[in-house]
Amino acid sequence: MRKTTLCAVLALAATAAGPQAWAQKSTADGIAEYREMLQDGNPAELFEAKGEDLWKQKRGPKAASLERCDLGRGPGVVKGAFVELPRYFADTGRVQDLESRLLTCMETLQGLNAAEIARTPFGKGEQKNLEGLVAWIAAESRGMKLNLPQSHAQERQMYEVGKRVFYLRGGTHDFACASCHGADGKRIRLQDLPNLTRNPGAGAGFGAWPAYRVSSGELWGMQRRLNDCFRQQRFPYPGYASDVTIALGVFMGVNGKGSVSTAPAIKR
Amino acid sequence: MADPMRIRAQASGGNVTVRVLMAHEMETGQRKDASGKVIPAWFIQEVSAALNGKAVLTAEWGPAVSKNPFMQFTVKGAKAGDKIAITWKDNHGDTRTDEATVS
Amino acid sequence: MAHNRSQALQGPRARWLDRWLPALGVVSSLAVFGCASIDGGAEADRMAAAVVQSSFRDQGIAKVDRLQQDESNRECSAADVAGKPIAAQSAARIEAASLKTVRWPADGKFLGDWREGEKIAQNGRGMTWTDKAGAPNGGNCYNCHQITKQEISFGTLGPSLYQYGKLRGVTDPASAQAKPIVDYTWAKIWNARASNACSSMPRFGHSGILNEGQVRHVMALLLDPQSPVNR
Repeated sequence: MRKTTLCAVLALAATAAGPQAWAQKSTADGIAEYREMLQDGNPAELFEAKGEDLWKQKRGPKAASLERCDLGRGPGVVKGAFVELPRYFADTGRVQDLESRLLTCMETLQGLNAAEIARTPFGKGEQKNLEGLVAWIAAESRGMKLNLPQSHAQERQMYEVGKRVFYLRGGTHDFACASCHGADGKRIRLQDLPNLTRNPGAGAGFGAWPAYRVSSGELWGMQRRLNDCFRQQRFPYPGYASDVTIALGVFMGVNGKGSVSTAPAIKR
Repeated sequence: MADPMRIRAQASGGNVTVRVLMAHEMETGQRKDASGKVIPAWFIQEVSAALNGKAVLTAEWGPAVSKNPFMQFTVKGAKAGDKIAITWKDNHGDTRTDEATVS
Repeated sequence: MAHNRSQALQGPRARWLDRWLPALGVVSSLAVFGCASIDGGAEADRMAAAVVQSSFRDQGIAKVDRLQQDESNRECSAADVAGKPIAAQSAARIEAASLKTVRWPADGKFLGDWREGEKIAQNGRGMTWTDKAGAPNGGNCYNCHQITKQEISFGTLGPSLYQYGKLRGVTDPASAQAKPIVDYTWAKIWNARASNACSSMPRFGHSGILNEGQVRHVMALLLDPQSPVNR
């Protein structure tokens, strides 16, 4: 017979708590309470731990780690890098977001094939490793303010491109990003929609990804989040880390300037 | 060997609050894959916690607990510097133990 | 903190700037970058078009030709980028042209079964790259609209449609008195731009999302006095 000195046990089963269960209080309150319960013990931490290991691990044909990777604040500087991406990089002569930049480093430093990683479906192979890397790199900027640079002409150009893409109505349903994310106080079904054209929505939206999605038990980076947005918009398929995704990142990130990054966050 | 747990143990007053995040698929055995085949059940059945080698908690889990489960509990009479060890065992017979020091 | 210098700031020009930049401040950096300018106009439009062209590919039933904008999408997008509403003349033109695309029911039967309409309103499937070709699509109406009182999981992107028929005094949808509302509603579902040039609403009939039979069912959900929407 075991003696326990235990006070209380809380096993959090994050199975779907449907809105019907919260009908007594307001639906929005109920969902907020559910989300608050999930904040503690964000499984994204498991991915952060993996990412930190992967950053330091010697991998690929060149048997090298990513510790010399320049994410915009100098080779190997990870703290604060996430809140300044996307930005212009002189070595590649283009504006890059976090995942695009990781592809660059994985190829040049480790000898891995960036094009092949870009073709790999989400959640498989090297894409799984990217989940860990983006989770950890984002975590290293958690609590810092979004501060994307707009000092280089290409950064400003990408903002203008991102703005046009954001308002581009198309696909079978004539949806643009703006259809859902262009105004305050809107929701789709019961999911509140951040207004991504300005703070606080832009910062809250952009600064929350990568995020752990409870409904699928998966860590989604910004690339995957944008990919699924385009799918639901009935658009064709955006290339992984393609310019259209980077431009949107610039648009949202600049709009969110000054907001505190919460990534990697937890989502339904 | 499964991925490591993340354990945080914080002392406050005479108690220690322990928070554990476990990496586990927690497959219920009810789901079917794209081809219609049942995905076999794979879940943690037993969790135990020890304070400085002495058992303080056991729990029996089942398929209702979600993927990457989070658990929190309070231990009376523990203090900073004590060792907390968490162990889980699943229905495949796999097991994992991780340790943390109370801060 | 050291900044990386872009190519424009090398050599003698850089030394001059180093001397005078603190005094000139922001104005000087604008002067230097003036030519690679932040002018949003035609150049940015061209760049955006090039980026869209190069970034997307076909997947499943979603092909890149879906990104070819028709006139109304082009004009509505441009107005949004400019931050101004579309010009009244353009709006009138789009609305008139859109009304012409509305295909009225061949047998004059506007209403179907509201129970089927509710199913169509709840169903969000269809037309994505994970959907199969030829599978029937849903209307996805609850994503944006409140419709019945019972369904609390509704969006707020569009106005509430609860009591739609009742509020418009439709007691007999087949009557001459109800015809203007019935016609308006049919056109709205078939091609929302017939009454609102830059409507956020998909053009369900015109774009082939819902067929005539499905539109009839949605009409019944909204206008049948027996529908829970109107009771």
